[in-house]
Amino acid sequence: MKNKYDVIVVGAGPAGSITAKTAALGGLDVLLIEKRQEIGDPVRCAEGVSKEGLKKHIQPDPRWIAAEVKGSKILAPDGTEIKMSEEASSGKAGYTLERKVFDRALAQQAAMAGAEVMVKTRATGLLRNNGKITGINAMYMGETQEIKADIVIGADGVESKVGRWGGIDTSLKPQDIETGAQFLVSNIDPGEYSRFYMGEKYAPGGYLWVFPKGKNTANVGLGLLGSKSGNVRAITLLENFIKNYMPEAKILEMVVGGVPVSGPIKQTIADGLMLVGDAARQSDPLTGGGIINAMDAGKMAGEVCIRAKEKGDYSVKTLKEYEDKWRATIGKELSKSLAVKNMLLKLTDEQLNQLAHSLKGIDTSKMPLPLVLPILFKKNPKILWELRTLFV
Amino acid sequence: MTVNVNRYKCGYCGACVGVCPVGALELVETWIEVDNTCTSCGVCAKICPVGALVVVK
Ligand SMILES: Cc1cc2nc3c(=O)[nH]c(=O)nc-3n(C[C@H](O)[C@H](O)[C@H](O)COP(=O)(O)OP(=O)(O)OC[C@H]3O[C@@H](n4cnc5c(N)ncnc54)[C@H](O)[C@@H]3O)c2cc1C
Ligand code: SF4
Ligand code: SF4
Repeated sequence: MKNKYDVIVVGAGPAGSITAKTAALGGLDVLLIEKRQEIGDPVRCAEGVSKEGLKKHIQPDPRWIAAEVKGSKILAPDGTEIKMSEEASSGKAGYTLERKVFDRALAQQAAMAGAEVMVKTRATGLLRNNGKITGINAMYMGETQEIKADIVIGADGVESKVGRWGGIDTSLKPQDIETGAQFLVSNIDPGEYSRFYMGEKYAPGGYLWVFPKGKNTANVGLGLLGSKSGNVRAITLLENFIKNYMPEAKILEMVVGGVPVSGPIKQTIADGLMLVGDAARQSDPLTGGGIINAMDAGKMAGEVCIRAKEKGDYSVKTLKEYEDKWRATIGKELSKSLAVKNMLLKLTDEQLNQLAHSLKGIDTSKMPLPLVLPILFKKNPKILWELRTLFV
Repeated sequence: MTVNVNRYKCGYCGACVGVCPVGALELVETWIEVDNTCTSCGVCAKICPVGALVVVK
């Protein structure tokens, strides 16, 4: 380890590893730190990604692809099925990953690009000189050390502290987080589609998912909106679902976790600091998907690190390019999803059923969600009136 | 003021850390630490997916 780097990336999830790889490929001195002793483990994810989104960053590798899915099926509370995204052109259609292996493969790519990697190393604070961020304090094997850098990247996930240390309040309100539980189950028929179950009985303010994960296995989990959690817990709802609808299932793994669903937050940069991925609350408010957005943001942030080094300026003046770029792309999508999510939250199960029924006779199977929404709107203007601005 | 963490239940996911308004929580590998800035507001206990947190006033 050196005592000074161009960039220190805190957190070796998809956001951090892609940032580190991008900056290292640009010739920068990069340190990627991860507080866990095993990158990628324990998993806190349902592991669904779109093929298209993934391929922008890495060639699919059978070592970390657990299953390929044909598309998505959305199930209304009364069981009405809507097929979507069969061409795997959008949303969740695509692969179910093995994230333990996937996250490690991404970190390895960062390492091969030239970044140094340290595991079991936890950032515990920011170093400052005259108010300017100059690096981090990090604890490795019980000892704290100072490591200097021109830019610190907060890629530290849902539990992010880097932003807070840098004066950016990233704390999530209960309505801004989906609180989730998942079992990897076996002895079931996973089917060929990713399935999303809507309705109060499954997951108030969220949904329940069944993602095929290979022969006889699937990730079965649910996310419940934080504001609806308390008297009911994600884990209890999931246990009940398994008992009532999948009694034959045998549980091989348990996953718990929270996904930010706040939509774009106000600030993700400061002088010498950028936040990426879940730390920047860039996961999708509607689907809870965050892997691809984290990787996209990581790429943008890594490129801006290179620009900053060229200019020798690490202030917000230069880093603003990252903030502007992600807002114009990821941010726009997040805002749309947030509007749809807020709308869905107001609908009763009966209204959800009506929406599903209104698609009878229409072949949505090749359509991604953004194409299905306008059709739904046309057929159900009363129920979806608040969303009209999304379609004009 | 603090919260008690039931270590035998906690799945060390960090969701509670993300919602704490004052930053009183920290996920260190497989356990949650609470510092003395906790105001016992209860947000973390509300959202914990497994109910591992109990507020102590
Ligand atoms: C139940 C559940 C299901 C989900 N399902 C999906 C899905 O199907 N598809 C999808 O696309 N997304 C899904 N997500 C969201 C997805 O998991 C995240 O959006 C994604 O992991 C974000 O990547 P990241 O790199 O930003 O953060 P993370 O993957 O969380 O990585 C952050 C890393 O930073 C490390 N870290 C934190 N603090 C420090 C510190 N102080 N020092 C050093 N290291 C630190 C952590 O240990 C962690 O390894 C799901 C999430 C949950 C909880
Ligand atoms: S939210 Fe609950 S399960 Fe997750 S780390 Fe906090 S106490 Fe543990
Ligand atoms: S009770 Fe409130 S202040 Fe205390 S740790 Fe939980 S969220 Fe933070």
